Amino acid sequence: MNPSLSFVARSVLSRDLLLALRNKSDVANTLLFFVIVVSLFPLGVGPEPALLRTIAPGVVWVAALLASMLALARLFAADYADGTLEQFVLAPQPLGVLVAAKVLAHWLVSGFPLVLMAPVLGLQFGLRADELLVLVASLLLGTPVLSLLGAVGAALTLGLRGSGVLVPLIVLPLCIPVLIFGAGAVEATASGLGAKAHLSLLGAFLLLALFFTPWAAAVAIRISLE
Amino acid sequence: MLEAIDLECVRGDRTLFRGVSFTLRGGDLLRIAGANGTGKTSLLRMVCGLLTPAAGQILWNGVRIGELDDEYHADLVYVGHLNAVKDELNAVENVLIAGRLAGLSPAPQEVTGALRDFGLGGYEHLPCKLLSQGQRRRVALTRLRLSVPRSLWVLDEPFTALDTAGVNLTRSMIEAHLACGNIALLTTHQEVDVAATSTHTIQLDS
Repeated sequence: MNPSLSFVARSVLSRDLLLALRNKSDVANTLLFFVIVVSLFPLGVGPEPALLRTIAPGVVWVAALLASMLALARLFAADYADGTLEQFVLAPQPLGVLVAAKVLAHWLVSGFPLVLMAPVLGLQFGLRADELLVLVASLLLGTPVLSLLGAVGAALTLGLRGSGVLVPLIVLPLCIPVLIFGAGAVEATASGLGAKAHLSLLGAFLLLALFFTPWAAAVAIRISLE
Repeated sequence: MLEAIDLECVRGDRTLFRGVSFTLRGGDLLRIAGANGTGKTSLLRMVCGLLTPAAGQILWNGVRIGELDDEYHADLVYVGHLNAVKDELNAVENVLIAGRLAGLSPAPQEVTGALRDFGLGGYEHLPCKLLSQGQRRRVALTRLRLSVPRSLWVLDEPFTALDTAGVNLTRSMIEAHLACGNIALLTTHQEVDVAATSTHTIQLDS
């Protein structure tokens, strides 16, 4: 009696969520970093409403990007160190699916809280309701792409010293389009152009990343374990 | 049947071993001996398919393991020198998730029973970070008890950190596995006599 693939993927997902629940400080760190960075800008730049509204999308998006880079180091490191990753590779299920489940769990604890927090932070910058809505939508589509792309970088640098710096170096260039269209979506709403095109492109990035990156990360894991 | 033909292992620019061949049939035990750093773990990882040999090939029932991939993994259990035990999870959770990953679906009662058999009764619901090194090794080895139908066991230093009772339990588990016509490979520095229909030994030396 073999459990189905979706059952195994679900148990990987619930295992990672349980681990996150027992390591709450890790999860809190990412969110706290995001909140602090975004909140510092109004204090540093000054309370000029027009200026704040102009920089808001960029600031929130850059902070989200950096926060997710910060969280990436945790994605595979613990499983690599205690040998669980070897068992993932030896599992009679496609490694790509297991990696996808891990990335989903990772996004739920490190990316999704940012999405939920963003409207509150957007208020500090005086964003309008429709802009806040687009900000949330763009983060909802964009942050999973960051986690997926980051998974490839994290897998490639497993077991290397200084991987904390290496991962952003590898992954950031790939994340730039997400940043541009994510922040651009909010700016487009502000200027009355509508964010549809930007959001569609983000959606397309997400689909592409969902399809390709788990397999790329799986190959990278196999290479790193040799 | 597991066949290894002319395996060669190169790590960095050092050749650890070359020309290693063996054939194991049902009931056979292969014991890999050698000093530290002679490539025992590398050989086991090759047999699992985690490491690609620099030369030679490994066949499972006549087919290259690279081609079988997940089909081969469904016949294989590997207990490495890393325990794959999560500190934050308790023993039951650890064994349950390991079993599910391995494509089994053990019931929680079955896992609790297996842990009790392994002398971990009363410790099932403690986070594994509170367990001793030997107890964690027992948690890792409990996977074997759930993996009875798996026909190939690859064990890297299964007896390290175990006390005498733990060693005896593990040994009798391996013996039972072999008696069912299955194959086991192991490395060990301890003098543990595992009874098998035929025991092969490979001596690796630099």
